[in-house]
Amino acid sequence: MDCSHVFDFKVNRLTVVFTLFLALFFVTPLLYAQEDTSKAALAAHAKPEDEKKFNLGKFALHHIADSHSWHVIGDYHIGLPVILYTQSGFVSFNSNEFHGDDEAKLVIEKDGQRFVKMHEKIYYASAAANEEGEYVEVDANHHAKNARPLDFSVTKNACTLFISVIVLLAVFLNVANGYKKRKGKSPKGLQSWMEPIILFVRDDIARPNLGHKYERFMPYLLTVFFFIWFNNMLGLVPFLPGGANLTGNIAVTAVLATATLILVVTNGNKYYWKHIFTPDVPWWLYIVLVPVEIIGIFTKPIALAIRLFANITAGHILVLSLIGLIFVFNSLFVSVVSVPFALFIGAIELLVAFIQAFIFTMLSALFIGMAIEEHH
Amino acid sequence: MITGSIAAIGAGLAAIGAGVGIGKIGSSAMEGIARQPEAASKIQTAMLIAAAFVEAVALFAVVVALIAN
Repeated sequence: MDCSHVFDFKVNRLTVVFTLFLALFFVTPLLYAQEDTSKAALAAHAKPEDEKKFNLGKFALHHIADSHSWHVIGDYHIGLPVILYTQSGFVSFNSNEFHGDDEAKLVIEKDGQRFVKMHEKIYYASAAANEEGEYVEVDANHHAKNARPLDFSVTKNACTLFISVIVLLAVFLNVANGYKKRKGKSPKGLQSWMEPIILFVRDDIARPNLGHKYERFMPYLLTVFFFIWFNNMLGLVPFLPGGANLTGNIAVTAVLATATLILVVTNGNKYYWKHIFTPDVPWWLYIVLVPVEIIGIFTKPIALAIRLFANITAGHILVLSLIGLIFVFNSLFVSVVSVPFALFIGAIELLVAFIQAFIFTMLSALFIGMAIEEHH
Repeated sequence: MITGSIAAIGAGLAAIGAGVGIGKIGSSAMEGIARQPEAASKIQTAMLIAAAFVEAVALFAVVVALIAN
């Protein structure tokens, strides 16, 4: 469908952007709250004896975790492909075949193999159910002990990754074409929106840290900056196509940090390696200093990964906890305090989304800059 | 009777430490900007980086608390 006419007029464009912006703010707590009601109602149905006991910690952790289907609203889930590598090759099916079961109670048979899903992990099903009706063997902590196939599923996070890649490509191919078409002329449209941010990355992040060799690393820094920023913002949108917690996933941030590590290690010059293996100290200090420096190579990217992961996760838990207070106290009047406060935290999170993208890029540039610095 | 893990206390202690740290960074940055307003943007950048380092420590504690829970 061609929606470009919506953006034909500047006024229209402004209205659309402004409405989306407002919608984001007003709908965030509402949607979270709605989700909570259905979840709380479900919990109440399942366990009437502890109706009042609403486990906030579990609820919040469940919501920031990855999942095999995409919860839209109420009982409606978007099924995502489940792709498993088993002993007899690849098996795939729609995750909606589990019908929302996450307690290993529904067995799915595919190619003569039986699978169950428990706590968003897929296991080979046991032959018979245990006394709680689950087709897995559980240990004392109620963790499944069954074997697992290799899971290559397109989960909610993977799906968000694809969406963000498509949007980022659309935006930046457009901007890049703009520069080709209007070479030497003033920017136009999307280009003039992105240019200040790109210049910000160049002048405030790359140049001060990398010196005159900054141009080589600009593609990486820009990619990382916009990828993190965009996904942070997308994580704040509670409905489609947001709602997934991509930058709050340690695997994603670890991959980004590994990219920085590889750049640092491959670009490190002889001064950098000399500083690590033969620093200018008495030789007997090497016993202490060299191991510390070697560990230092790895702690930097690890700290980078955990910083981004923890910041985004903490923000999501905060919003969910504030809204969850209504269900902990089981009173509507708590919402008078908790909803405005969640709104306030939501606004802060918009700032954090930018700052964390900035910090990650800044520290990446700093670490690379330390590795390529010439000796004075 | 109190039950559960004491990891939350550790997270709280880390938050105190980070609070003091970020407070000091903020106050020094403000002083610096008040003395030399033209250097505000440079001070702000340095302040944010330092704050991120301090904040990360508190968040590490949160992660440890979550894992230990």
